[in-house]
Amino acid sequence: MSSFVLLTISALGLAGLYFLLASGLSLIFGLMSVLNLAHGAFFAVGGYAAWFVMDSLDALSPGPRFVVAVLASAAVGAVAGAVVELGLIRKLYGKHTEQILLTIGLGTAAVALMGGWFTFDPRLLAQPAWFGNTTAILGANVPNNRLLILGVAILLFAGLMVFLTRTRHGLIIRAGVENPSMVRALGIDVSRSFTLVFSIGGLLAGVGGALGAVFFNGINPSLGTAQLIFAFIVVVIGGLGSIPGTAVASVLVALTQVYVNNYGATGMGSISVVVLLAAILLIRPQGLLGKVQA
Amino acid sequence: MTFVSISNLQVYRGEAHVIHDVSFDVAEHGVTALLGRNGVGKTTTLLATMGLLPASGSITVGGVEVVGKPTHHIARLGVGYVPEDREVFSTLTVGENFRLAERSGSEPRYDLVFDLFPDLKGRLGQSAGTLSGGQQQMLSIGRALLNPASLLLIDEPTKGLAPTVVEDVVQALVTATSDTTVVLVEQNLWVAAHLAKHAVVLDQGMVVYQGDMETLASNPDLAGKYLGVAVR
Amino acid sequence: MPFGIPGLFTGPIQSAGTLQVLAVGLVLAGLAMSYDVIFGYTGLLSFGHALPFALGVYGTNLLMEHLGIQYPLAVVAAVIGNLAVAAILGAVALRTAGVAFAMVTLAFAEAFALLVLTDPFRFLGGEEGLTLASDYVPDIFRGVVNLRYIYWLALLFAVFVFVVAWRLVSSKAGRVFAAIRENEPRVEMLGLRPFQFKLASFVISSGLAALGGSVYLLVVRGANAGTTSAEFTLSILVMVVLGGAGKLWGAALGGLVYGILSLRLSSLANSDAIAGLPQWLSGPLSEPLFILGALFVLLMLFAPGGISSIITRTRSA
Repeated sequence: MSSFVLLTISALGLAGLYFLLASGLSLIFGLMSVLNLAHGAFFAVGGYAAWFVMDSLDALSPGPRFVVAVLASAAVGAVAGAVVELGLIRKLYGKHTEQILLTIGLGTAAVALMGGWFTFDPRLLAQPAWFGNTTAILGANVPNNRLLILGVAILLFAGLMVFLTRTRHGLIIRAGVENPSMVRALGIDVSRSFTLVFSIGGLLAGVGGALGAVFFNGINPSLGTAQLIFAFIVVVIGGLGSIPGTAVASVLVALTQVYVNNYGATGMGSISVVVLLAAILLIRPQGLLGKVQA
Repeated sequence: MTFVSISNLQVYRGEAHVIHDVSFDVAEHGVTALLGRNGVGKTTTLLATMGLLPASGSITVGGVEVVGKPTHHIARLGVGYVPEDREVFSTLTVGENFRLAERSGSEPRYDLVFDLFPDLKGRLGQSAGTLSGGQQQMLSIGRALLNPASLLLIDEPTKGLAPTVVEDVVQALVTATSDTTVVLVEQNLWVAAHLAKHAVVLDQGMVVYQGDMETLASNPDLAGKYLGVAVR
Repeated sequence: MPFGIPGLFTGPIQSAGTLQVLAVGLVLAGLAMSYDVIFGYTGLLSFGHALPFALGVYGTNLLMEHLGIQYPLAVVAAVIGNLAVAAILGAVALRTAGVAFAMVTLAFAEAFALLVLTDPFRFLGGEEGLTLASDYVPDIFRGVVNLRYIYWLALLFAVFVFVVAWRLVSSKAGRVFAAIRENEPRVEMLGLRPFQFKLASFVISSGLAALGGSVYLLVVRGANAGTTSAEFTLSILVMVVLGGAGKLWGAALGGLVYGILSLRLSSLANSDAIAGLPQWLSGPLSEPLFILGALFVLLMLFAPGGISSIITRTRSA
């Protein structure tokens, strides 16, 4: 029983990471119809930012240092997202295929750039001692870092929902995901929200990278890209543009992957996620909480 | 007095040359009905005016050229749009649909809107996707009226609605459009005749009639020839 | 008479190294053309085109090694097997469109990639891949001495794909493909069922890709897990767009250029010229993927129609 609890909480931690990657993707695609294949790079950039802070900010003790590291990864991710949108994506406004292709090139180049600067070897994040300890939950000794990752992901999910439901910008984004033309017809320049959405996506992915460096025992340039396929599957299963859907799908995908890998055969976990995707698409092509495409 | 002037308008939808060379004027204050058979380019004309479709030629609203301008800019000039199929934001509540339309620098006219559509006042927390067709139509119109509009573009407001609801919508439109310029696309000739003073008929992407609504409506030959409908 | 293109090739055209590079480029040209049929002509954004190619590589080799079948027959069997697999997968994937379709096809390709890497039944070779079952390969293709025959095979393959693809896209079916890409609802209104045409396009291009895989097996003398990867499937898309989607010769050019570039860029990357630069420059520039990725970004910004559009532009200038 205790191993089941351990497994489940670990899986929920992974779900948190998938959510952080997938939610930005979902919003970006929902609002802008842009398939951002460079999103993994935001994840990696955030991870390196966190590593850099943990490595150099000796003045602070590890606990507060990690907080700064996460904030740094969020800031770097947000800036990266904004820069990419303003500098590149915007130039191909309305040309969806070209935008996707540009993100492919960008993602490839960004990962290679980081590899060129930092090498492809994983860099271990210095962590507060507390991470390595465990907490007893339902008879299992759960590593604290898993709980932290889950906690941060839940916090950001809540924050994102508050932003979407209680702010004007969030309102515009939600309406824009459904019908950008009508939003314009009401006198609102939806394009301004594009930069915002890319920035939010970058922020979330960046934090995901910092946490991912902890979860996967080290950050390397390809880490985000390796997880990106799962993030995309999560987005499609949850329904494009739906944040609650992304949250549900993250949990579903992570649990499937971890349980199958453990109770089935190692390696079959990822394949079963693919089967899950195919199954859901056969029954409900718009995803769990997505709208039917017009 | 002309408020809207369209000259030599050409619009393509994908590869199809929908509007070939359309020119007509819309009088200030009052409803001009834009009529014609299915697929003739009525909605396309409205979309072009709203900047939602690229066009060549000229469309001036109150003397300002709108061809080539972005949609949100045109809307802020005071153009309200009630699209075909309503297009309310179904994942938002009624209240949120209205709030989205609110604009800084402009006092939202909730009193006016709720006077016209009292039913909506009690449904502010309701998800717009769960409203009936008629209620969605009221929301769509109310949303366009929230800010003072010098031009209203209304596309088939009675489409798919039950006859009693049609009457309610028409009543509301009569009141709502009394002091503004309106271009109304309608398939239902009775509705058009009831609301509009002027009429413009399109056929095969060009203007074939421009004049009084009454003349058109009371002349079965004319109506039959241009619209392919029997006059009620 | 030997001649070379300095900088592009290390030796004269007939040299083994150059023939190898050209052979790779030709296989990729054929692969790119096969992808152009579904992507450039039919408008289906598939992210799983590596799958039939990899199945061709692995399938052919496994058939030879474990069933003792000679190469030609193994190729035929692998291609037919692929047509069947594509029909099944396509029938599922085509229930969706757009991004969801892209994701499903990517997921299928990833599933195979993972299967190969984790190799649960111990015959797919995992990360190391498989060596060519050369016992079953005709003598004419064996050994470095006969590299030029492999080159001719690759050339034959590329020409074959061009002919098949050209006839397909110029046929009535091909015009339906184009119509589906432009305006699918319109196709339905004309009384046709887009699904059948999309499936046909998908299956045929998969068959061609599988054939390419069988040839590639000889060119690189083995099955490599890299051909199953998401990176590779995306690079097929890059190849087609690089050359120019929707034009077969453009796609072929893109495949050829990409193949040669990616092989030659590694030696450029390791050259002394790059090593001499300051670390912050030499780091990235010694990564071929950085150069490729950056070039591609620039291409999308300034010449989205690919190299073929640049060529047509300068010709008419």
